[in-house]
Amino acid sequence: MTTPSSTSMTAPAPTGAGDTEGVRVAAIAAGRSNRLPGWFVILWRNGKCRFGLWMLLAFVLVAVFAPVIAPYGPRVDDFGLSEGPTGAHWLGTTARGEDVFSQIVYGARTSLLVGTVAGVLSTIVATAVGLTAGYLQGTVDEVLSFFINLGLVVPVLPLMITLAAYSPVKGLGLIIAVITVTGWAFGARIKRAQIITLRTRDYVTAAKFAGDGTARIIAYEIAPNMMSLIVVGFMGSALGAIGAEAGLAFLGLGDPATTSWGTMLNQASMGGAMTTGQWAWLVAPGIVLALLITAFTLINFGVDALSNPHLRED
Amino acid sequence: MTYFVRRAGFFLATLWAAVTLNFLIPRLQPGDPAQAILSRLTGKSQAVDPAQLEAVRKMLGAPDGNLLAQYGDYLGALAHGQFGISYTYYPYTVTDVIGDAIPWTLVLVGVTQILSFFIGTVLGAWAAYRRNTRADSWITLGSTFVGTLPFFWLALLLIFVFAITLRWFPDGGGYGGGSQPGWNWLFFSDAFQHSVLPGLSLLITGPIGWILGMRNNMVQTLGEDYARLARAKGLSRRRIALTYGARIAILPNVTGFAIALGSILGGTVLVETIFNYPGMGRLLLEAVSNKDFPLMQTLFLFTTVGVLIANFLADVAYGFLDPRVRRTEAA
Repeated sequence: MTTPSSTSMTAPAPTGAGDTEGVRVAAIAAGRSNRLPGWFVILWRNGKCRFGLWMLLAFVLVAVFAPVIAPYGPRVDDFGLSEGPTGAHWLGTTARGEDVFSQIVYGARTSLLVGTVAGVLSTIVATAVGLTAGYLQGTVDEVLSFFINLGLVVPVLPLMITLAAYSPVKGLGLIIAVITVTGWAFGARIKRAQIITLRTRDYVTAAKFAGDGTARIIAYEIAPNMMSLIVVGFMGSALGAIGAEAGLAFLGLGDPATTSWGTMLNQASMGGAMTTGQWAWLVAPGIVLALLITAFTLINFGVDALSNPHLRED
Repeated sequence: MTYFVRRAGFFLATLWAAVTLNFLIPRLQPGDPAQAILSRLTGKSQAVDPAQLEAVRKMLGAPDGNLLAQYGDYLGALAHGQFGISYTYYPYTVTDVIGDAIPWTLVLVGVTQILSFFIGTVLGAWAAYRRNTRADSWITLGSTFVGTLPFFWLALLLIFVFAITLRWFPDGGGYGGGSQPGWNWLFFSDAFQHSVLPGLSLLITGPIGWILGMRNNMVQTLGEDYARLARAKGLSRRRIALTYGARIAILPNVTGFAIALGSILGGTVLVETIFNYPGMGRLLLEAVSNKDFPLMQTLFLFTTVGVLIANFLADVAYGFLDPRVRRTEAA
C-alpha cells in the first residue's frame, strides 16, 4: 500500500491555495461520460478515501435503517440492570435496563445528523465570511479578518459550555447552534486565502471588463473554482461537530432524552459501568465514535489530494 | 517594528472583544437577566422574592440604567478586580476560588503540553529524516490511528484499567490520603500520583498534531533548494536534517503551539471532569451545573485572556525567530 504522503513528499508541496484547475482537468479526463463532479472522481480514485467512503456509507445505512437493525427501542427499559453481554443483549444492558446495542445503533443518527447539519451551517458561514473578506479587501477585510482571528483564538469548548449554560432550552438544536457559532473561523481563514489568489486571475478580470457585478463574479466565476476547498471545509467541520457533540453530551450539556454516543458515555460513567463490570457499555460508544472518525480521516486523505495535486494517486 | 506594533494592536483589540463578549453573553437572552437567573435558581413555579431580585441585580454589577451604563459599570468592576461572589463557595469571592484552581491546571497543562511538543517534534523530525522507511510509516500511520480515538474515552478506559481494576493509581481528585496542600514532600508525591492518569490521557493524543505537522514541514524544507545545495556540498545527512531541515520546519509549530492552547484548555475541561481534578476546567463545569453565573463568567474570561496572552507571546517569539514575518507585515 502506498501512502499518499510517501508518493507526495518527494517533491516539495506547494503551500496555501488549492489547485483548482487540476480538479477540472481530472473531471474532464475521467468524469465526462458519467457526469460525476471532478472532486468526487479524485476522492474515489484514492484507495484509502474509497474505503472511508464505504465506511461512512455503512454508518449512514445503519442510521437510516436504525428501527430495522436495532432489536429494541433505545429507551425500552424492561431488561435486567447492568448485565454483561449475552445472546439476547449483544452489548449488555445499561444501569436503567436498556439495551446497549440498540442505543449504539440509534446513536449513529444523532452523530450523523449533528455532523451534517452543523457541518453545512458552519461551511455556509465560513464561505460567506471568507469570500466577502477576501474579495472585497480593504476595510471590510480588516474587520472580518479580525473576527476570523478572534474566532480562532477564543477557547472553543469553554465558549460552547458558557453559551449552552445560558440557553433556556436543552437539545440537539442548541448543540448544533453552539457548534456552528464557534466552529466557522478556520474554514473562513482558508477560503479567504484562496480567494485572494483567485481574484486576480485573468478570467475574473475578463468578467469584470464584461461588466459583471461583484455578486455575479463571486457566484459564477469564483465559487465554482472553490468547490474542492468547500468540500475540504465541510469534511473538517462535520468531523469537528461530531467530536464536539460527543464532548458536550458527555459533559451532560446535551438533552439526556436524546440517544447519542456522548450521552451514553456520560450515563455509563455516572451509572457505574466501571464498578459493576459492564465494560461493554463503556467500550462500545468509544469504539463506534473512533470508527466514524476513522472514516472521516480516511476520506480526508482523498480530500487532501483535492487541494494538493502532489498527493493524488492516479 | 511595525510587526510588533500590529501584533500588540491585535492583542489589545481581541482583549477588548473578549471582555465585551463576556459582558454580552448573559445579556443575549430575552428579558431581564436577573429575573432569568433567579427563576432558574428557584424553579419556574415559585414566586420571585423582590429582595432576592435586588441582590442578583447587584451581583450582575448593574442595578439600573441602560446597556451602555451597565457596560461602564462592568468595565469599572473589572478594572478594580471585582468579579463578585461565588454562589457555590459562598462567602468566598470568585477570585479566591479560581486562584486555588489555577495552579493545578497550569501545572497539568504546562507539563503535558511541553512534553507533547518535544515528543511530537522529535518523532516528526525522525519520521521526516527516515521518510519512506518502515519507521516513517509506523509513526505516521500509528499517530493517525491514535488521533481518531476520542481522548475523553481513553481517559475513562485509563481509570477503568489502572485505577479500578489494577488499583495502581487513584481514580480521581488532586491529592488525598491525609496530605494537605503545602510545600512538603508528602503532598507533592501524593499530587504527582494523582496527576499520572490525567496527564497520561492528555499525553496519548497530545503529540499527534506536532508529529504530523513537523514531519510534513520538514519533508518540505528538505526538498528546498538550499537543502539540495547542502547535499551537493557533501554535508552529512544528519547535519542537513538538523540544521537545514528541522531548524526551519519547527517555526510553524511555534505559532501552532499557541493556537492549540485554546483547544487544549477545552480538553482539560473533559479530563479534569473525568478525574475530578481540582483545576479550572472542572470548576467551570461545576459552575455550570450549580448555575453559579459569576464563577462561570469569570472562568470564561480568565481562560480567554490567558489564551490571548499566550498567542501574543507566541507572535512576539515568532517575530524574533523568523525575520521574514516582520518584513512581509511591514510591507
